[in-house]
Amino acid sequence: MSDNGLKSGSNLEKILKAGHFAFTGECGPPKGANVEHLKEKFEHLRGIVDAVNITDNQTAVVRMSSTAASAIMVAQGLEPNFQMVCRDRNRLAIMADILGAYSLGIRNMLCLSGDHQQFGNHPEAKNVFDIDSMQLIALVKMMRDEGTFMNGEDIDVPPKLFIGAASNPFADPYEFRIYRLANKIDAGADFIQTQCIYNMERFRDFMKRAVDMGLAEKAYILAGVTPMKSTRMAQYMAKKVPGIDVPESLIKRLKGAVNGKQAEEGIRFAIEQIEEFKEMEGLAGVHLMAIEWEHKVPEIAERANMLPRPKID
Amino acid sequence: MIVADRKSLDEIQEMIKDYKKILLVGCKGCVTVCNVGGMKEVQVLSSILKIARKKEGRELQVEERTIERQCDFEYVEQLRADCDRFDAILSMACGVGPQFLAEAFPSQKIYPALDTKFFGGAVQHGIWEERCAGCGTCVIHFYDSLCPIARCAKSLQHGPCGGSANGKCEISEDVDCIWDIIVRKKMEQERLEDLRTYRAFKDWRSARDGGPRKSIREELVQ
Ligand code: SF4
Ligand code: SF4
Repeated sequence: MSDNGLKSGSNLEKILKAGHFAFTGECGPPKGANVEHLKEKFEHLRGIVDAVNITDNQTAVVRMSSTAASAIMVAQGLEPNFQMVCRDRNRLAIMADILGAYSLGIRNMLCLSGDHQQFGNHPEAKNVFDIDSMQLIALVKMMRDEGTFMNGEDIDVPPKLFIGAASNPFADPYEFRIYRLANKIDAGADFIQTQCIYNMERFRDFMKRAVDMGLAEKAYILAGVTPMKSTRMAQYMAKKVPGIDVPESLIKRLKGAVNGKQAEEGIRFAIEQIEEFKEMEGLAGVHLMAIEWEHKVPEIAERANMLPRPKID
Repeated sequence: MIVADRKSLDEIQEMIKDYKKILLVGCKGCVTVCNVGGMKEVQVLSSILKIARKKEGRELQVEERTIERQCDFEYVEQLRADCDRFDAILSMACGVGPQFLAEAFPSQKIYPALDTKFFGGAVQHGIWEERCAGCGTCVIHFYDSLCPIARCAKSLQHGPCGGSANGKCEISEDVDCIWDIIVRKKMEQERLEDLRTYRAFKDWRSARDGGPRKSIREELVQ
């Protein structure tokens, strides 16, 4: 830890450390080198969220690298939460990219295994998985706190990153999910962003367990929210996306909305969720993943009373 | 055993299209057990190839041989006397077979008739599944002898990932999530602490990543 008691000094870390309820957003880099398009997308989030997750070849679809997109964001004065998956790089590339990201001003990093390449647009690719997400967390911590590479050699200026990890309370086996979260925190995760939540009942139970096990004191847990745009999206997620739990009641609720108002109903549900999360024991914030809906984030933030965002120097 | 599938007829025909006389060699090892390269399959492929060639209005002579093991020079030697009588040799062994043939008969042209897939076994009649990826440093004692290196789509040493649902892997409903099986077993047997243990970075040098591998048993080397 540095003199100020901060691990990375990122805005997200400061906000969480100060005890504020954090609010993070998400932005997928473009399928190309369209920097203007990227900027346009994340501009919607300026001043609205504390940090913006920049996805890394999300769902195994090739896009501009998360390092480059994060660096562009830093240059524009916004704070990225740089995502890295283990699918596409071996340990040499992982460590090199961590150093590169830090050198470019990136201070938050989310460590993921990554969706299998079969989901994406290059299913023929070799899958690397030299290490897994648990080991990636441990590696970033080792590089930051011990100042060494995986082989024990010293790093000349170690990367001071705020370490994030994902948790999916809706994947199976459910009983084990809380222990997997505990493992990630033990490995060195400073903050956790959950998979998008629709089944509130299950999530309440999950958080209760997290609190009972003392996990919420050891890491900051941010609840994942993705507003539904339509009944079709809800049905698709329910059926086609492994590890996402969309209760029938939510699909019914969206269906019940008057014509043209399904998106509004989806947003309403998201806002109700955020309101509940603010009060839920053990939660430190919300991670809003408005997929290709960045322009709606200011409205959602406003209506969920998440604004203005705290400023900490 | 090593499990293989036969290549498509088109691919095999394309490989041997310029030849009139081929030696088709089966193997009595793994590929006989997995019903893809034994005596029976040699007979079947031989007749299919001859019929296909006939349809083209050309002739193909095929001589059928099935030896004990193609991964053993001692048995491969049995082909030496006849080998020059053919335009080419088509091997129905795993990927090791054609290579041993190529090494034994450097002037002959050797072709593979199989796609070699994995180390595994039959889980029911006609269905084989992968069990080992030959990583060279077996760690399955950590996982109740269930191998996540070969059987998890991401080779996770700390699973299951967030895509595990209803016991199936995120890649397909036809693929079991091995981590689901590992976790359920450990939890049932109340050995959760095994899964709370952090596993070190794997040393992949013992796997193919370290380059071609060799195993030397000093006591056997003359
Ligand atoms: S750990 Fe390695 S050697 Fe052991 S079964 Fe798995 S792949 Fe094979
Ligand atoms: S679903 Fe299970 S088997 Fe498939 S990648 Fe995830 S942990 Fe591995």
